Amino acid sequence: MEIVLALAIGILAGSGIYLLLRPRTFQVIMGLSLLGYAVNLFIFGMGRLRTGAAPVIDAARGSDPALYADPVPQALVLTAIVIGFATTALFLVVLLASRGLNGTDHVDGRESEKP
Amino acid sequence: MSGWLQHLPILPVLLPLFAAALLLLPSETRRRSRAAMALAATLAQLAAAVALLGMADGRLPPAWPGEVAVYALGNWAPPFGIVLVVDRLAAVMLTLTAALALAALIYSLARWERAGTHFLPLFQLLLMGLNGAFLTGDLFNLFVFFEVLLAASYGLVLHGSGAARVKAGMHYIVVNLVASLIFLIAAAIIYGVTGTLNMAELAQRAAMLGGHERTLFDLGALLLGIVFLVKAAAWPLNFWLPAAYGAAAPPVAGVFAILTKVGVYALLRFATLFQDAGAPAPFGGDWLFYSGLATIAAGTVGVLAAQKLVRVAGFLVIVSSGTLLAAFGFAGTSLTGPALYYLVSSVLASGAFYMVIEMAERGRTASADLLAVSFEAFGLQAREESEHPDEMGGVAIPAAMAFLGLAFFSCVLLLTGLPPFSGFVGKFALIAAAIAAPPDAPLLHAGLFGAALLLSGLAGVVALSRLGIRVFWDSERQPPRLQWAEAGPVAGLLLLCTALAFGAGPAMSYFDATARSLHDVQVYAGTVLPAAEAETAE
Repeated sequence: MEIVLALAIGILAGSGIYLLLRPRTFQVIMGLSLLGYAVNLFIFGMGRLRTGAAPVIDAARGSDPALYADPVPQALVLTAIVIGFATTALFLVVLLASRGLNGTDHVDGRESEKP
Repeated sequence: MSGWLQHLPILPVLLPLFAAALLLLPSETRRRSRAAMALAATLAQLAAAVALLGMADGRLPPAWPGEVAVYALGNWAPPFGIVLVVDRLAAVMLTLTAALALAALIYSLARWERAGTHFLPLFQLLLMGLNGAFLTGDLFNLFVFFEVLLAASYGLVLHGSGAARVKAGMHYIVVNLVASLIFLIAAAIIYGVTGTLNMAELAQRAAMLGGHERTLFDLGALLLGIVFLVKAAAWPLNFWLPAAYGAAAPPVAGVFAILTKVGVYALLRFATLFQDAGAPAPFGGDWLFYSGLATIAAGTVGVLAAQKLVRVAGFLVIVSSGTLLAAFGFAGTSLTGPALYYLVSSVLASGAFYMVIEMAERGRTASADLLAVSFEAFGLQAREESEHPDEMGGVAIPAAMAFLGLAFFSCVLLLTGLPPFSGFVGKFALIAAAIAAPPDAPLLHAGLFGAALLLSGLAGVVALSRLGIRVFWDSERQPPRLQWAEAGPVAGLLLLCTALAFGAGPAMSYFDATARSLHDVQVYAGTVLPAAEAETAE
């Protein structure tokens, strides 16, 4: 399970960084989103991987911490997802404004001289 | 009464939050009531910050026992709940933020606030993020407050719109979004290794780590340091800064002068917390020192190369960041106090400078700048000296021009560190402390540091007098029209700097006390986690 998660994070982060370095704003925003997913999975993984363990204490299962998953990273992921969502939406607006003002989707607002 | 006063630490976060929400309610056309609300909220923040400043030093009767105030949100005990912590450093930064914000707000009310929508709510949210970042005692909360202030700053950079702002703003946003993602990775690694996000507990646990865990922790701390260096605009992570600050509306750029110092503050805070554990590279030592020097060098080259005043101002912000980084990287702790003095003075001066530039350049066209550059390059005379040499000499200097000239001149003196203002006192104290530093600091470092400070100051004088001549002695221009609400805040900021210079003795002793309590981590950790302290003592 660890290797699958690690591979997933690696592939997402790698694709994200590649897209981030591309010249089109749409590629940049896709790169940011993929990188965001990778980071969220990474935070999740930092709470150690457990299957079949709930993060919320259940009266039926008792209060032994070994029975439960670490709740803190899950709360952090939630916060990170919300913040990432908002900033992506904001960046989308800026992207559209730039496209409207300059007539191009290049990140510098103009096409590079090289063909 | 004291029951209420103990809630004072949360006020700098709550006030702007509620003010921002309330400011959304009245329509944009009701300028007076909106302006009054924004002013009242900012004034209240200033009052709260000053009260905290007094209490942290024991001048005012403190509402809490001990030097450091710990405010547990929801009354959850510290390792589990989130805390706000007020010590001298946090109080100084809060006061600085509020003072600068008040000036920028008044300035913006005269004109710039109307350049777009929702300026005032965004401005309050920016303050909320700043205040929260200075107050919080929790690593993840630091991230959240960083995001709050960044989200507001994205909106403010774009205030007024236009192609230049959108372009610079887009680069600024991408850089900061990537930095935020790195922050998350760093926070996650640090949590995964130490099992805590509370900054005081982090400092204690970090010292106990060994082996693989220590390596992982160092990695996390390294990433964290890189994020703070991006915020602090350390070379080579600072290419976004001059463009973004130069394109932003002047009151926004003025208040942004403190944004880079948030990175510097976070770096200093974690460096002192991790010092017992042996801070990893970005938080101190030679590495930070040379990075600071490189930042000063890059800023100096930029100052000399820039052809527009706003860009010079941006590079001067970078120089001041570099100076602070180099000072914190310097061996020993004797430079921290003077560095804080320098920080306050340079933030106030840069804030004022951005506003002065806008007023001085009003009514000038971009082509005038271009012409001046080519005239200088080819040694041409712009126009005939005077057509009638026998005419009566001298012109009546309009009051606005005289004020602007004085303000510009004062800003130059402040930013380049010439006497008699506080910029000089700050640089002088820094160099004096570097020379008198403990013998384990190599002499080479003191020499390099002094040389970098003096040379960057010289470059600033050269560049600013060159551009100042072009702006102020341009005889074909109309004298700009100023409003009291625009001249007032600039004068206020400069007077504050003057007061800082005259009150250098008490101010410096306050900053030295700040530095001492900062480097005494036990005070911070012991107040935040009294129970844990007792356990380790047994």
